[in-house]
Amino acid sequence: MHIHEYQAKEVLANYGIQIQPGTLVYSPDQAVAAYNSQGSTVCAVKAQIHSGARGKAGGIRLCRSNDEVRRAADEMLGEKLVTHQTGSAGKLVQKLYVEAGVDIDREIYLAFVLDRAKQRHVAVASAEGGMEIEQLAQEKPESILRISIDPASGMRHFQAQELAFGLGLGPDLVKQAVSTFRGLYKAMIELDASMVEINPLVVTRDRRLIALDAKMEFDDNALFRHREVAELRDMSQEDPRETAASDHDLSYVGLDGDIGCMINGAGLAMATMDMIKLSGGEPANFLDIGGGASPERVAKAFELVLQDGNVKAMLVNIFAGINRCDWIAEGLIKALGVVDLGVPLVVRLSGTNVEEGTQMLVDSGLPIIMADTLADAAQKAVAAAQKQGG
Amino acid sequence: MSILINKDTKILIQGFTGRIGTFHAKEMLEYGSNVVGGVTPGKGGQAHLNLPVFNTIKEAVDATGATASIVFVPAAAAADSIMEAADGGIKYCVAITDGIPAQDMIRVKRFMLRYPKERKMILTGPNCAGSITPGEAMLGIMPGHIYEPGRVGVVGRSGTLGYEAASQMKAEGIGISTSIGIGGDPINGSSHRDIMELFEQDPDTDAVMIIGEIGGPQEAEAAEFARDHMTKPVAAYVAGLTAPKGRRMGHAGAIISGKGESASEKVEIFKEAGVAIVPNPSEFGTTMKDVVSKL
Repeated sequence: MHIHEYQAKEVLANYGIQIQPGTLVYSPDQAVAAYNSQGSTVCAVKAQIHSGARGKAGGIRLCRSNDEVRRAADEMLGEKLVTHQTGSAGKLVQKLYVEAGVDIDREIYLAFVLDRAKQRHVAVASAEGGMEIEQLAQEKPESILRISIDPASGMRHFQAQELAFGLGLGPDLVKQAVSTFRGLYKAMIELDASMVEINPLVVTRDRRLIALDAKMEFDDNALFRHREVAELRDMSQEDPRETAASDHDLSYVGLDGDIGCMINGAGLAMATMDMIKLSGGEPANFLDIGGGASPERVAKAFELVLQDGNVKAMLVNIFAGINRCDWIAEGLIKALGVVDLGVPLVVRLSGTNVEEGTQMLVDSGLPIIMADTLADAAQKAVAAAQKQGG
Repeated sequence: MSILINKDTKILIQGFTGRIGTFHAKEMLEYGSNVVGGVTPGKGGQAHLNLPVFNTIKEAVDATGATASIVFVPAAAAADSIMEAADGGIKYCVAITDGIPAQDMIRVKRFMLRYPKERKMILTGPNCAGSITPGEAMLGIMPGHIYEPGRVGVVGRSGTLGYEAASQMKAEGIGISTSIGIGGDPINGSSHRDIMELFEQDPDTDAVMIIGEIGGPQEAEAAEFARDHMTKPVAAYVAGLTAPKGRRMGHAGAIISGKGESASEKVEIFKEAGVAIVPNPSEFGTTMKDVVSKL
């Protein structure tokens, strides 16, 4: 789960991370009032959306007067901001964070992430702040410092100190740096964050260490034990289809193609989409309906996929393991009784009782295109979509 | 023969008396697995499916001599159950449970380091379909009948895609020595590489099929191991060609976060390591047939 910058800062301030005074606003008037109350000549007006790279996309504006603040707020609010992370659809800006400006001496990159190779958390830092980590990895890999953290002992003082000195922070800043680094690690552990990124962490001219931006992501699997974190979810930043899917315990990811997919199992779903691509088509979505394909679940899944107006054909691929194909067929037939597809449907069943299941679908008289293999199913779906489109 | 489990392996079910544990315990027994009992704290002393129930793993191991366990405990408590298995003398544990917090798994992995090599437990999963040595024992939730006994080892992240591969291989007359699911989570008990090492040592495995997917470094590690340490031929498939960067494709671990984590990059890495590539998911059977024909 992603949260906004202002939320991450609020969370991290509780862990002793220093931030600039800032106010969340919903209108240009509020933005101007916030600017005036902060009493700083310069402020940053920042779009609150779930995406990084806002600065380059015009989502962070430095302002020096009431007029500038008002104009910035007016231009951003209610508009979609497109960054290279949001995709072409962009994300709707509904709120802004007005933050007091600060005199920056230097910028640092700092993040705590999961190191999947070592299977533990790692602190990643670079004295070259302000750049994105991938760009850093490409252009200045030698500048990246890594501290692997043993979960049993946590981030030790000496490790934080090593990192601080490694970043070239002078003796006057080491104490602040150590408490910042350890505070971030503590927040990550206590709240089951999967990622905490401060980019940039800045050294001010008056020798303070401030988190000028903050990004946090949380482990969805651990939200059950962090109600206060779960409440930070902002559904307006999610694809509404994905929100609806998660409400029904279906795993859905919207894509740009025109072949709707419904498959059981994440791996088989990805493989089926691969097969569509290799057959010259493009999948409209990833959808794992999980183990039990009850008529209600199948009907719900059909509805979800068909909400996407681009869908020109539908491919259902079910490997019945513990389930049986005849049950799956029954579920499909019932679901098709309540949902009007309006597009051609290709079904491929395999596994237990495949003959019975296939026969049931054939006998139902429903306009279903049956397929034997994965390749056959994908080719038929691609052909059906092309026919529909042309 | 096989790796990790055979018909004699004594198995305990953790989360035995729950709905899911009960259902799959029955399926395993029906397949012929040597299930000797189970653990449900507070229900020790009872009988379930005509087998003894124990309060703790230690009691169960003492009473039955079990060496393997399978975890059906709900996600919030599953990590603890895995640690209990490691501490109680279990040698091989399969964790089926989906949705265990990543941090809990980090702690599990750290906890397991405390034991000397000879009593260290091997864990596969979580979030997997389990393991099967066809014709001998099933320690999982897969449909056992689609697996033909034979001499190809299979290791993969996904359940149903693994079934697809097994049934395609069966259709080509190719059997499986053991199939191991390593699961779809970012922090898992064993990697592709760990399992490949076991297959390389197994005298009854002639070739290995890897079923990988996007996200994480484990396919690249497997490729490197295949190139440097495997004498047996390896074939591989990587799912997720169409997956966009930064999006989680069902599995918690199936997300492209950095360089080398996309399907096409992983396929290239396998190719460079001399691994036979399954060009599309309809060709698991034909690709492996071609590989074993050259043995």
